[in-house]
Amino acid sequence: MSRYLLRRTLGALVVMWAVATLVFFMLRIVPGDPIGAMLFDAGDAEAVEALRRKLGLDQPIWVQYAKWFWAVLQGDLGNSIYGSRVPVAQIILEALPRTLSLAGLAFLIAVAIAVPAGLIAATRRNSAADHAVTLFAFLGLSMPDFWVGILLIIVFAANLQWLPAIGYAPLSEGFWPWLSHLILPAVAVGTAFSAIIARMIRSAMLEVLRTDYVRVARAKGLPRALVIFRHAFPNALVPVVTVIGIAFALLMAGAVVVENVFAIKGLGRVLIQGILNRDYPVVQGAILVVSAIFVFSNLLVDLLYAVIDPRIRYE
Amino acid sequence: MPALLEIDGLEVTFAGEAGLVPAVRGVSLEVDRGEMVALVGESGSGKSVTALAVLRLLPEPPARITGGRILFDGVDLLRVGEEPMRRLRGRRIGMVFQEPMTSLNPLLSVGRQLTEAMEVHLGISRRQAERRAVELLEAVGIPDPEGRLRQYPHQLSGGMRQRVMIAIALCCEPDLVIADEPTTALDVTIQAQILEVMQDLCARLGVALLLITHNLAIVARYAHRVNVMYAGRVVESGEAVALYRRPAHPYTLGLLDSVPRLDRPRGAPLEPIPGSPPDPAALPSGCAFRPRCRLARPRCAEAVPDPVPIEPGHRSACFEYRRLRAEATA
Repeated sequence: MSRYLLRRTLGALVVMWAVATLVFFMLRIVPGDPIGAMLFDAGDAEAVEALRRKLGLDQPIWVQYAKWFWAVLQGDLGNSIYGSRVPVAQIILEALPRTLSLAGLAFLIAVAIAVPAGLIAATRRNSAADHAVTLFAFLGLSMPDFWVGILLIIVFAANLQWLPAIGYAPLSEGFWPWLSHLILPAVAVGTAFSAIIARMIRSAMLEVLRTDYVRVARAKGLPRALVIFRHAFPNALVPVVTVIGIAFALLMAGAVVVENVFAIKGLGRVLIQGILNRDYPVVQGAILVVSAIFVFSNLLVDLLYAVIDPRIRYE
Repeated sequence: MPALLEIDGLEVTFAGEAGLVPAVRGVSLEVDRGEMVALVGESGSGKSVTALAVLRLLPEPPARITGGRILFDGVDLLRVGEEPMRRLRGRRIGMVFQEPMTSLNPLLSVGRQLTEAMEVHLGISRRQAERRAVELLEAVGIPDPEGRLRQYPHQLSGGMRQRVMIAIALCCEPDLVIADEPTTALDVTIQAQILEVMQDLCARLGVALLLITHNLAIVARYAHRVNVMYAGRVVESGEAVALYRRPAHPYTLGLLDSVPRLDRPRGAPLEPIPGSPPDPAALPSGCAFRPRCRLARPRCAEAVPDPVPIEPGHRSACFEYRRLRAEATA
């Protein structure tokens, strides 16, 4: 078990390093650089050269990489190359709670819808409820999340005026202000996600309900609820948990887009701003954090496996 | 006193791509209290379907029970609601399935899977159930029962798992255990041990056993009475000894001739039954065994022979059983 943990953690670190390195070099392959973005290609050659030296962009690329990497290892993500040169860590720390709140709430909403929907669809196969779940899943998958977001704003914010249309309120201003700002974007992000999980749960449950051990559980005379929740559902969770881990990346991507619709200054906005400005340190830092979240959530999934399945626990 | 289990004219059909396929066509058999009865037949003859019908565990659809009665302790199980049926399963009728490797839930400990039925049916606490589980595991011949209780199925061998399944089937001291090919998936050396344990425990607890098997050789040793099934019908039934000594159906005779026997001269050639069992979707007219039967006469194609008593307690569904008998004594 501890070896399993160690192996997974080491793997996670390698993935993070690979992502960070890839992003570092890709940013420099993309045409245009910070100087161009800053001076609108209008500065004189001398000023450009001075700025380049100041930002360390005159050095060979591998030296830049080594310097950046060494700094990251010490926990220093650098400073934005704009204006008052705010530390990247500070920018991210401001944006991260917003994105995490959004993604987390979207996740909760998605699971809260998907688990009962998938279970009902599987246990009442071919019923009206099953068809309704299938329809919902197809709708949810085919609607782009930013469009759902706009729709939600029109209905619940503009027309009904139940919830605020845009912006974000930190938790320190109270639970309801925080939640009310997040509900609409979270639903927009979570819809497609819940559709995927509901379908996964349905098909995994249908498979498990056909197994010998479920028939044995019924032959024991266990009440239906025990057969489903003790014997069938945990077994159906094994493949579903895998997909949840992968789909969490989708959720982050969705959050990045939907943040712009709802004018939430989260990680997505930081990233897009950073890319447009060729603000290398900001983009590198933000991507590193996003990859850390992704890798960490997958690590969590691996641990969850061990909790669910004794065959992995005793490996 | 009426029999503990009385299946009377049971009919089950499956909805297939080619329409309705009859899997069980009027099966009748009885099991008395404490009695060991065998149901023998080739795969596809409808024996497992019959067993699952008794517990009402057939997947419906595609299966459908279209006729007959299943009287258990005087109550027709085909007319009982789902909730009383559930309380009967595991409590009064236990079942052992063919596949020990897949019959236990991989995510739950052996102890949990053994105690849950007792908690549900007997209303005892988990601790009490665990104490009983240890005794049961000991009774089915599992060493270190306390340790095994905490283990998971993947840590047990096939034979051990089948012992656990037997313990589960017996945990609530049912009136009847149905064992569907309980040893088919196991090593030959383990098969006899498992059957011994099952027979021994059922006898000790006074539990009736309906043993379903394709192996006529094991039946002689463990069953009081034998029912031979072919193509969804019971073609011969009787006391095990009578049926072995004087079979009254050409199919039973064929089964006996195709396995080695100690009461025959050594080196006598085994005689397999020619041909193969019929496709249930395209049964021959009249007697289903007719195309493989060397005694077949024109009338065998005209009507389906019903089982008729030929001597006390012995029935045969063959128009020509007298010729068969005459041949045997000649």
